[in-house]
Order: sequence, then structure tokens, then C-alpha cells
Amino acid sequence: MVENRPVLRFIHHLTLIAGVVAVAFPLYVTFIASTHSLESILSVPMPLLPGDQLWANYSQVLTAGSTRGAQAPVGAMMWNSLVMALAIALGKIAISLISAFAIIYFRFPLRNFFFWMIFVTLMLPVEVRIIPTFKVVSDLGMLDSYVGLTLPLIASATATFLFRQFFMTIPDELVEAARIDGAGPLRFFWDVVVPLSKTSMAALFVIQFIYGWNQYLWPLLITTDEKMYTVVIGIKRMIVGGDALTEWNLVMATAMLALIPPALVVILMQKWFVKGLVETEK
Amino acid sequence: MADISLHAVTKRFGDNEVLHPLDVAIGDGEFVVMVGPSGCGKSTLLRIIAGLEEATTGEVRIGGRRVNEVEPKDRNIAMVFQNYALYPHMSVRDNMAYGLKIRKLPSAEIDARVERAAGILELGPYLARKPRELSGGQRQRVAMGRAIVREPAAFLFDEPLSNLDAKLRVQMRLEIQKLHRSLGTTSVFVTHDQVEAMTLADRMLVMNAGTVEQVGAPLTVYDDPASTFVAGFIGSPAMNLVPGRRVGDGVEVGSGLEFPLPEALRSTARAAVTVGVRPEHLVVSSAGSVAGPALAFRVDSVESLGADSLLHGSAAGASFVVRVDGHQAPQPGASLTLSPKPGRVYFFDTPSGRRLAG
Repeated sequence: MVENRPVLRFIHHLTLIAGVVAVAFPLYVTFIASTHSLESILSVPMPLLPGDQLWANYSQVLTAGSTRGAQAPVGAMMWNSLVMALAIALGKIAISLISAFAIIYFRFPLRNFFFWMIFVTLMLPVEVRIIPTFKVVSDLGMLDSYVGLTLPLIASATATFLFRQFFMTIPDELVEAARIDGAGPLRFFWDVVVPLSKTSMAALFVIQFIYGWNQYLWPLLITTDEKMYTVVIGIKRMIVGGDALTEWNLVMATAMLALIPPALVVILMQKWFVKGLVETEK
Repeated sequence: MADISLHAVTKRFGDNEVLHPLDVAIGDGEFVVMVGPSGCGKSTLLRIIAGLEEATTGEVRIGGRRVNEVEPKDRNIAMVFQNYALYPHMSVRDNMAYGLKIRKLPSAEIDARVERAAGILELGPYLARKPRELSGGQRQRVAMGRAIVREPAAFLFDEPLSNLDAKLRVQMRLEIQKLHRSLGTTSVFVTHDQVEAMTLADRMLVMNAGTVEQVGAPLTVYDDPASTFVAGFIGSPAMNLVPGRRVGDGVEVGSGLEFPLPEALRSTARAAVTVGVRPEHLVVSSAGSVAGPALAFRVDSVESLGADSLLHGSAAGASFVVRVDGHQAPQPGASLTLSPKPGRVYFFDTPSGRRLAG
């Protein structure tokens, strides 16, 4: 729109800037808090300019952890989170790719029934099935383990559905050309389907990595050993009752650290992510 | 190289029989075009030959070998699809080489074959490109290259020119012709375009509603259509087909226009007879000098095609199209006397649509 109405423009910009501030300010405060000592944060008013404790706070958090509440080093927690997020993202992609491939390209009894079964689980997020899932995982002795953290979250109706929709857009003639070329189902899968799904896989990876990284309720339930804490749980566990007891500077440093990997994934894979959502290469 | 034969092949989808028992024999090195309107079963027939579709009953033989139970890859055929069906993520070279790689040919052999095919199709400069970086005509050439490198016993073309624009279509038609002349491989070509059928075929199979209406060389089919369907489908513009009534030794069309029946047909012609005359076989003549039937033709509209003009109009209450020289077209509203060229009037039995034979 080519319009020049200064007043309106001023209001537009003001609204947008207010929005940016509302989102960015808490982040800024978090960062500032992570650069001060506990005493200076607790003083009133709280400082709004960076302090001199940045290095001290971050190195303590990464290597030693808080002295109260959860006392595991955040470095280890971040490793746990990374393992969990990667396992969930990659596991979901792998499982969904294969199940969507089966649903689209193979004729087997009750094919539609199975598809709808998968589809119906969309209505059952982790929170709904959490008690039976917990029971199963605990009976299998998978509490406090990476398998227990990731396995129940890997099955994904959303990703299966997404890949199914994508496969349906691959022209039948391509399948037939491959058949005449002599490619069996597995060859077709590896040589044609997987390369064509690359952008969808990238988009899904971004979404699922963040989903895995931000898991809260599930790790909270099944991890009791500090060594298995993910960083999101770590933050929660560092906050002990009463403001004065919590080392807020360290909590904020941990929060900042927890932000970095998902942000990196989004920034680095942005190009692929947008491509995967917008473009289909056929 | 091989001949292809189909014996009593049928195809049923559920209760719907899309191919009625068919017998087709395609000779070694022959270029056969299957032509018909959409839904006539021609593509299904091609896919049965390719092995992408199973014949419900009957037998398919390629090179004398029964192939009903043989996978497409082992039938020694290559197929070219309407939408090219190139692998979008592979380069032109990889697209052509893919089938050979799967067959585990030595890579020197693969390279040699790809280079040769690229040479024939003038794809040399594009070998490293992806299909999306090519034009439609180039993509179709890659699809043909993929077929050529396999050195198959037969090429199967499934409407390969339908996605191209008119000019490219003519060019690719000539290239396919040239290719067939130099390779001499048995080819089966499916199209709904009668011009492609006329120009490419050694023999054509005109199909309608799951049956073969007529098989023959293009000119034979044009000159001697076996049914009203073939007469109307082959030739552009279509043959004038006008239903009439048997009157004595002739057929009366419209109000009082009579075409005399040749002696040989008088015994077979029943009450309802359809008269067919091609637009190019109606000649403008001066009234009175006409020996046979004279059509008092009134021009309703004129379509000028450049070299020719098509006159749409009616004679004795029946509609006709006439093809005349482009520069001697009369104005709409003009009245002409037309006479059919001798021996160029066709008579069909109206209920069955079959040509009357003496």
C-alpha cells in the first residue's frame, strides 16, 4: 500500500515498538540479572545496566551449578536437553517418514484404519496420557534414562500426517518411472522419497527440536536423579522456596543458556525451514 | 527388438470393464499409435503392456515371451510419460543413468550410453542441470533419453507431447519420427490427437470405449473408415455425418437431398443409413453441371485458416462443413452448389455405426 498519512504511521510504529518492548524487555532483564551478583539483584530498585559478574555467574553455572536446590552443573543439563531434543526430533522424523511411506505406497489390510488410528492420537497429547505412559515407562525400568525421556514422545501423528500429505503430492508417474527403472520399494525410498522430503524434514526438525528442548512436564515426572535433569527442569529445581534463598543470578544465567540452542537451530535452519513450509520441489 | 502381442486381453476395475477382449499384434520395429478420445482405454492398454497394470484376463507377449507375471523392469521396455516423470532432485545425467545403475552396469558403459543418448537428443550441454532448469521440450527429450539408454525391446509413449505447446509439439513429433527411423525400435504411442496419430504411425489403432474400432495404416483408415466413430475421429475438421433414410436405390438426407447408393451396397443397406462426406471432398461446382447429388448449400459462417477456409452451413436442412481454398471463400449468406467427389461418399448403418460393405 502506498499511502502517506504521518499520524497513522506514527501510531502504527508506536504500536509495533510497544509490542517489541513487551517481548524483549523481560529477556533484557533476564540477561542483566545474569550479570550481577545475588546481592545487587535483590537490592531495590533492581539494576537495569549490565553488571560485572557475567563471567563468574556463567562459569559457575556451567561447571558447578547452583549451591541450593538442584546442584548439578548446567553444562550436563544442557547436554541432557540436547540429547533429548535431538533424539525426539530425529526419532520423530525417522518414524513418521517410514509410517507415511507405508501408508501411501503399500496396500495392506486395514491401511485406512491404521492411518486413522495414528491420526486420532493427535487428540491425545502427552498431558492426557501421562499417567498410563508413566506407569509403562516405570514398569519397564526406564525412569531416569534417556530412553525413558525420549521414547514416549517420539511417536508423532503430526509428522506422519505432514509427510503423508507431502507424499500424496509426488506424482504417480514418478513411482511408475522408478518401477520401470527397476527400483524396489527401499531403493525408491532412499533414492527418491528421502531426497525429495529434505525440505519438509528440515522444517519438521526445527519444530520438533524446539518441542523436545522445551519439554517440561514429562522430564519433570520421570527424572529424579539430578544427573538426568534437562535444563528446563534444572531452572525449576534451582528455584527454592523464598526469594532470598534462590540464587536468581544463576537461575537467570541458566535461563539465558537454555535459550541459546533453540535460537541457534532456528537461525541456522531458517532458510530451510521457510523452504520446507512454502516450497515443494517436484 | 521384439514384437508385442496381446491375446484376448481384458481389464476390469471393479464391475466396470474398461477393456473388452482385445487382440493386438505389433510387429518388430513397427511404430504403432493407439488413438482415441479420453477414457477409451488406450492408456490402460499401454500400461498393461508396460506391466504397470495387470490384465484381468488374457495374455501379453513381448518378443514371444509371456510377460503377464513379469515385473515392469524385467520386461525390457522403456516408457515415456506425459508429465515427463523425471526425478526432480537428480541431474539430467543421473536421471538417464539411474535405471542403468540399478541394473549394475559398469560405469564406463553407463557413461558411454548416456553420452550417446545425449548426442542423439542434443542434450550434451545440459547433462549437469536439474530438470527444473530445463524447458518443457528439453525435459521431454531427457525422458526420451532415459528410455533410449536402456536399449529396450520396445518404447512405450504415453501422450508424451500433450504437455508441450503447439510449435514444440510439431518439432518433437518430427524428432520422434527421426529417432524411430534411426533406432528402428518397436514403439507404441498413445495419443488423443489424431494429427499425431496420422503423422507418426506405421499403423494406427483407433480405440473407442474399450474396443479397437479399426486397425490400419493412417491413410487406409482415413480413406476407408470402418465406422462412424472412426470417420468422425480421424481427419480434421471431422467428416460430415448426416443421418438419412433408405429411399429406393438411394439415401435421402434432410429434405429431399438424395445420395445414390452404389450397387454393391444396395442389398445390405437397411432403413437407417448415415451418409458421410469429408469437408475436403465437397467441391463447389456450377449448378446444372453436376452429375451426382447436388447440394444447394447456404453459407452461415466462414472460418479462415489461411491456406484453407472452412464454410459452415446447411443444405436441404442438414449441416455441412466444407473446406475450400483460403482465397476463394465466399461471404456468409452466399449460396453455392456443392457436389461430392466421386467415390468419396461413405455409407454407414446408423444403428450399429458400421460402414456398409458390399
